[in-house]
Amino acid sequence: MTSATPAILVRDLHKRYGDHEAVRGISFEVAAGEVFGLLGPNGAGKTTTVEILEGFRERSGGIVSVLGLDPQAGARDLRPRIGIVLQSCGIYRHIKVHEAVEYWAGLYPHPRDVDEVVEIVGLTEKRDALARTLSGGQARRLDLALALVGDPELIFLDEPTTGFDPAARRAAWSTVRRLQELGKTVLLTTHYLDEAQALCDRVAIVMDGRVLAEGPPATLGPAGTRYRVSWRDEAGTLQEREERDPTALLHQLTSAALARGEALTDLSVSRPSLEDVYLELTAEAPQEQRS
Amino acid sequence: MSEATLAWRHFRLERRMFWRNPTAAFFSFVLPLLFLGLFGAIAAGDPEQLEIIVPGIAGLSVMATTFNALAHQMTFLRDAGVLKRMHGSPLPGGAYLAGVLGSAATNAAVQIVLVVLAGRFAFDLGWPANWLVLVVFLVLGVACFASLGVAFSYVIPNFDAAPAYTNIVFLPVIFISGVFYDVDNVPAFLRDIADALPLVHVIDGFSAAFVTGAGLDSLLSDLAVVGLWTAFGVWYAIRGFRWDVGGG
Repeated sequence: MTSATPAILVRDLHKRYGDHEAVRGISFEVAAGEVFGLLGPNGAGKTTTVEILEGFRERSGGIVSVLGLDPQAGARDLRPRIGIVLQSCGIYRHIKVHEAVEYWAGLYPHPRDVDEVVEIVGLTEKRDALARTLSGGQARRLDLALALVGDPELIFLDEPTTGFDPAARRAAWSTVRRLQELGKTVLLTTHYLDEAQALCDRVAIVMDGRVLAEGPPATLGPAGTRYRVSWRDEAGTLQEREERDPTALLHQLTSAALARGEALTDLSVSRPSLEDVYLELTAEAPQEQRS
Repeated sequence: MSEATLAWRHFRLERRMFWRNPTAAFFSFVLPLLFLGLFGAIAAGDPEQLEIIVPGIAGLSVMATTFNALAHQMTFLRDAGVLKRMHGSPLPGGAYLAGVLGSAATNAAVQIVLVVLAGRFAFDLGWPANWLVLVVFLVLGVACFASLGVAFSYVIPNFDAAPAYTNIVFLPVIFISGVFYDVDNVPAFLRDIADALPLVHVIDGFSAAFVTGAGLDSLLSDLAVVGLWTAFGVWYAIRGFRWDVGGG
């Protein structure tokens, strides 16, 4: 039964702040055990959406179900089953890393081992450090530790690696992959395309409070599965063509080159990256009311 | 775990955090005692002066450890996102606040114990004349200033502004409320303002407790004013509560 019910279901979600409508009809589903990404520029409505799912904000309209509960009414039952990394959230300045993780562990019915969690996020060497002495990246890892220690079924990560150096990002990514291996469901928001591509089973590209596209990172976009083929012709000019199936074109190019006895220079065949899709989509979308 | 267990656990965390933060410990603990020492030294040997200063410092201590401390702390917890993070955990809000308020109440109680000991052993005023009145005004004073401190944090726009906001209330109030001198020497219009505020009445209670030994029946108007402020503080503290800084 649990495998059939989605971990998260969002239908036609709306959120209005006064005159401004931050979320205008977002829908998506996240299956149990899936890593789902909300991708979009700042102000797109990602955080508002996530905070409605976490039970921090009330929606103006639409249907929301998180682990089978309505976060607006069932927040109390939901809390022990979810882990939250907020976009920005502080902690007591004079608490030690392991104290914080231990304290949080005590709030959950079936917590994980404290030392193990500290190790997973890579803070073992800092376990006795006060929170106020941690660097930005270390503080973010403590955030992650506090979200994981309750052994939740579902984890929300709101821009988990913003401000990380490349090494710390790789480490955070491997932590997310470990969560996935453990069968956890993860909803993450990011404005890093490579992060979405590296981590997510599926992503939804969000802008101006709407979903522009949704699917596995590799299949996204209006260009679908078009290939971009570029090469240098006999005259030395760079040619480029987009093809749904490049087989015929490639055959034609290679046989022509063979017939001439020349090398086919500067040949490349590429699928549009998530970045291309994203830039194309966000450029097309109406630019109204960006705030 | 029951809510009481969680509240107790959070109370213990708050205590540990309090002692690890030297600034907070200084303003809540050392400053009132420093005032007591200084003004006590100035008035040494003059029992009439001491009988004003000891209850006055007791009132100041209650206000400093609850109103000031909580206005600062709640502003910090809100601005730094600690409240929001707590809200996202299974910890019930009531247990969390009970821990925070309990810690402030503990500081107030410890301060009063220190003032009592100083009155007896440093200033030769003897033991308090009416223990029941002392306890009643301690409990009511804590409830009043703690709730007002939480409520006042909603007025403070951000943590950097917290010291200015609390001092603009705290300093004038302690000066017009007769902490350092007899309220009878204050101009009438200032006395009227002070009479409308709770501190003067808490000090009246402490004065009865430490010096005159007057019973609760003679302090009904003081109890009424402090009670009204407490009711307002609790109402506003609950009504205006927010977990985070902005948004909806």
